[in-house]
Amino acid sequence: MLRIRSLEAGYGNLKVLRRVSIHVSPGEIVTIIGANGAGKTTLLLTIAGLLRAQVGEILFDKQDIGRHAPETIALLGCALVPEGRQLFAPMTVRENLQLGAYVQIRRGRAHEVESDLGRVFDLFPRLRERASQLAGTLSGGEQQMLAIARALMARPKLIMMDEPSMGLAPLVVKDIFGIIRRLGSEGHTVLLVEQNAKAALRIANRGYVLENGRILLEENAEDLLANRDVQRAYLGRDLDSETELDGKRR
Amino acid sequence: MGRRRNLPIVALAMAVIAVQLLTAAAGKPQYLTQLTMAGYYSLVIVGLTLLMGYTGQISLGHAGFFAIGGYTSGLLTTYNLHPLIGQIPVSILQACGLLVSGKDLYGADLLVVRPWAACVVALLVTIGIAYLVGKPVLKLKGHYLAMATLGFGTIVYKVVLGSSLVGAADGISDIPAFPLFAGLVVTGKSALRAQNYYVAWGLVLGAMALLTNLIRSRVGRALRAIHGAEDAANAMGVDTGRYKLQMFVLSAALAALGGVFLTHYNGGIGPSEASVMKSVRYVAIVAVGGMANLWGALFMGVLLNFLSLRGSFGSYDDAVFGLILLAIMLFAPDGLLRAEFARRLPGLRRGQKAAP
Repeated sequence: MLRIRSLEAGYGNLKVLRRVSIHVSPGEIVTIIGANGAGKTTLLLTIAGLLRAQVGEILFDKQDIGRHAPETIALLGCALVPEGRQLFAPMTVRENLQLGAYVQIRRGRAHEVESDLGRVFDLFPRLRERASQLAGTLSGGEQQMLAIARALMARPKLIMMDEPSMGLAPLVVKDIFGIIRRLGSEGHTVLLVEQNAKAALRIANRGYVLENGRILLEENAEDLLANRDVQRAYLGRDLDSETELDGKRR
Repeated sequence: MGRRRNLPIVALAMAVIAVQLLTAAAGKPQYLTQLTMAGYYSLVIVGLTLLMGYTGQISLGHAGFFAIGGYTSGLLTTYNLHPLIGQIPVSILQACGLLVSGKDLYGADLLVVRPWAACVVALLVTIGIAYLVGKPVLKLKGHYLAMATLGFGTIVYKVVLGSSLVGAADGISDIPAFPLFAGLVVTGKSALRAQNYYVAWGLVLGAMALLTNLIRSRVGRALRAIHGAEDAANAMGVDTGRYKLQMFVLSAALAALGGVFLTHYNGGIGPSEASVMKSVRYVAIVAVGGMANLWGALFMGVLLNFLSLRGSFGSYDDAVFGLILLAIMLFAPDGLLRAEFARRLPGLRRGQKAAP
């Protein structure tokens, strides 16, 4: 699905990513964990085309998308749930979702949008109740759900999520991770970037550790959870207290 | 559905007629002159509302586009080609029926471009310039975009002020009337006042019909998304760069259209039309009208321009518009006609204000 080789990218003269290589197979949930400033968001923005890849290649569905414009990458089936949600605040929930389906209309599948809207509302009943409400008036958790739902409306082959738990109450975080797990079990392919490493590793199949713009480790999610260095650096000491997700594992 | 959607347009048409009848009944037909001029300025304002309010891209250079339209048409319809008769380019234009001959005030022979041809050229020139300016400039955001468009506006102003070809500080005068079709003529003759009022407001109605339908379409949704969160819209597959450029060019073309018609209506144009204060005035009117509110901007534009043209603000004309802009930014950054809406959404105000 997605294969990145020796990717280097950043902002102007500031190089953030150094020789990053990752891959995501169809149906997998892959997470990238790392501290603040490790380059997680930069990586997703570069895949989405919002930042330019300086060196290396990004193969999506066997096509090199490293030089493609963001709108082309979206059309190919790569959806982004951006950091901080980035909803269209002065537009209604329904309009936000319709905008998510923008590429479907460009693909000539406008007739599918209505039924997709129903499917997404089934997945997030709360959004159906608030369909005519302005996105900016939703609670944080609802906004995050809308951001995910908006990405689903594009019928993506790959969904990239940037810190979906950011700024949310622990109970809401649990809901959001439950949704991501459900997307995975329904066959969606997810690339998840998270600071909340423990919760992310519990729902993921595989994980990468990104530090200072380099990939340090790549392992199965369970092995990473058990890895002592990872525990010390990213999981904190309350590893065994099982406060999140009630200890559920895939 | 379709009829219901166009209800506001029909209402505007009826208001236009009612105002004309009212001025006739009240014996104040001279008001129609200012209302005609305000109508042409409204073309700039509604175009700028599309660009600023809906697409979220500011321009402090729209007086420049208005002036490019007016000056191009004014120059072409006054520049005497008679001494050049016999030269190949002039002969070709003559053969195509694009030139018209006449006499100037002193009875000398005059050969100039026909107004409709000049109007088409003026619009094409403006569209070309807007494209060339917009392409690089619209990559900028916020303050940087404001400053770059301000730079463009300043260049246009200084060029028309400094070029003797277009009369420097005096501008161009003796610009001929613009015969349209079916006997309609764009001219300042007081006998044709009512007719010209309807020509101007017919154009405004056409522009409003076009723009209100545009913002309700899928394109309009994409534009509002660009305003709300540009990168997210881009990642949703919206070609943000192309849309921004299209709206910039469309709003510039509307400004130029207003410029061409007002120039022929007034029979002249001067450099003050290109001044930065004019651009600030347009921005202030869009802001006071409610930013993303075509009807609000149209209403405030007509009201304020009418008062300004009547001389109600005296020599403080520009200062009044500066004050309006200052007050709006301080007390109602989403516009006067949307202040109530903004109050109900306190959490939104910051975000919406970020890129005026």
